[in-house]
Amino acid sequence: MTMYAALIYAADVDWSAPEHADELAEYGEFGQGAAAVIRGGAALYPTSTATTVRVAGGKGGDVVTGDGPYAETKEVLTGFYLLECSDLDEAVATAARIPAAWHGAVEVRPVIPM
Amino acid sequence: MSEPDDIAAGHAALVRVVRDEGRRVLATLIRTVGDWQVAEDAVADAVERALATWPRTGVPEQPRAWLIVTAKRCAVDLLRREHRRAEKEASAMELLPPPGDRDVDTIDDDLLRLVFTCCHPAIEPAAQVALALRTLCGLGTEEVARALLVGEATMSKRITRAKQKIARAAIPYRVPDAHELPDRLLGVAATVYFLFNEGYSATSGDAPLRGELAEEAVRLARLVHDLLPDEPTAMGLLALLLLQHSRRDARVDAGGRPVLLADQDRTRWDRAQIVEAVALVGRGLRRCPDRPDPYLTQAAIAACHALAPNAGATDWDAIVSWYDVLLTVRDGPVERLNRAVAIGERDGPGAGLEAVDAVEGLDHYAPWLASRAVLLARLGRADDADDAFDRAISAEANAARREDLRRRRRRARDVGDVAPT
Repeated sequence: MTMYAALIYAADVDWSAPEHADELAEYGEFGQGAAAVIRGGAALYPTSTATTVRVAGGKGGDVVTGDGPYAETKEVLTGFYLLECSDLDEAVATAARIPAAWHGAVEVRPVIPM
Repeated sequence: MSEPDDIAAGHAALVRVVRDEGRRVLATLIRTVGDWQVAEDAVADAVERALATWPRTGVPEQPRAWLIVTAKRCAVDLLRREHRRAEKEASAMELLPPPGDRDVDTIDDDLLRLVFTCCHPAIEPAAQVALALRTLCGLGTEEVARALLVGEATMSKRITRAKQKIARAAIPYRVPDAHELPDRLLGVAATVYFLFNEGYSATSGDAPLRGELAEEAVRLARLVHDLLPDEPTAMGLLALLLLQHSRRDARVDAGGRPVLLADQDRTRWDRAQIVEAVALVGRGLRRCPDRPDPYLTQAAIAACHALAPNAGATDWDAIVSWYDVLLTVRDGPVERLNRAVAIGERDGPGAGLEAVDAVEGLDHYAPWLASRAVLLARLGRADDADDAFDRAISAEANAARREDLRRRRRRARDVGDVAPT
């Protein structure tokens, strides 16, 4: 078995807002259907709530924070699932059922075992 | 033949057997070891040992079984040496062949798995072709690089990256399920067809080696067909490649210049390949009467040419009809252009030019410009033809084909007429 991150790229909107309730319900359906392979995941608030952290001048240096990741693309990282699948074909078949696959895009990446 | 020559010839034959078998054994090793690099190194070691011992001991009764067992032992050694971790040790132990090992019988299944893994859609197309040449055709990285006109360092990186992706992303080593097979088989066919065309149209780079690409592609198409004998795409791909390959000796003259289909010496076409391909087309088309496979349809067109005793006897009516069928399953500007050219042959240059001009989106495509030039010349519109030839020549990237167009322009100027494409 291999662990994959299914990174969800979709519109940079507030998914907790009432107008997205229908779309969120679609995710709920996916979650139930794919419960056997889902090992975790989360949906994220929009990039306007994000804070970028950098430490300047190497470890122990000054903490520099900035607002947002300065996304210039239409689709941004809005959430992810951790999927444990037997191989890439199963992971891709699962990712293809995530609503973002038709609203945006899903990137499937193997997770480094630690 | 003198004695040293005998020995040299015998050795060359042995090397061929060992390499050939080694290539087949690799597919099995990849399955049992699960690590491409270790499998490749182990097979290379086993091949080396065979070449060192067989000349003394004679070729074993079952060379393939010998190579599999030896390669597995080499793999175990490699894994032990490289990873001394207990977990790896345990998995290495499992590699030792159990009694009654059936690997020799499953080799075709393993090869088929390897074909589908090399052509997995998650691997970038350029790397698919390279992996296929490396693992299915047994070419060294340096040979693959030369054949595909890429630097060796770039090719080495590309192959390594693809192998890493197979390992890390767990790209499966299996034949797709029946419902996925048609899609995935198209990917395999596209890779093999690309490989063939790279070799077939080769006029730059290392010519003999690139010619070999066509041979390897035919071999792969045959392998895919052997393994999936009832799949129309597999039949169509093999038939199409055989038909194109059957003209290999006639399609260039002694000076290496391309010879037009109409001008080729048809006695130099490979009859055995044509007969085999035509039978495949017939059998294949009966399997998909409602929606003919695109490769089969193209093979049917090529078969019309192959069966004509001379260019004048070509059944252009049948060819146009096959193009009509092709457009229902694969409609693209290049297919439309080919149909338009066939109309020119059937109905004359006026109708041909009209049909060629009706094809949109090929304004800078050299074969479209060349077709127009040829048709204009046949219509006696010498000045228009001359302009059209100039545009075709400046759009043509291939030096030999450019030279051919110049020759045809000269001929058109001289006689006011040229042979059709």
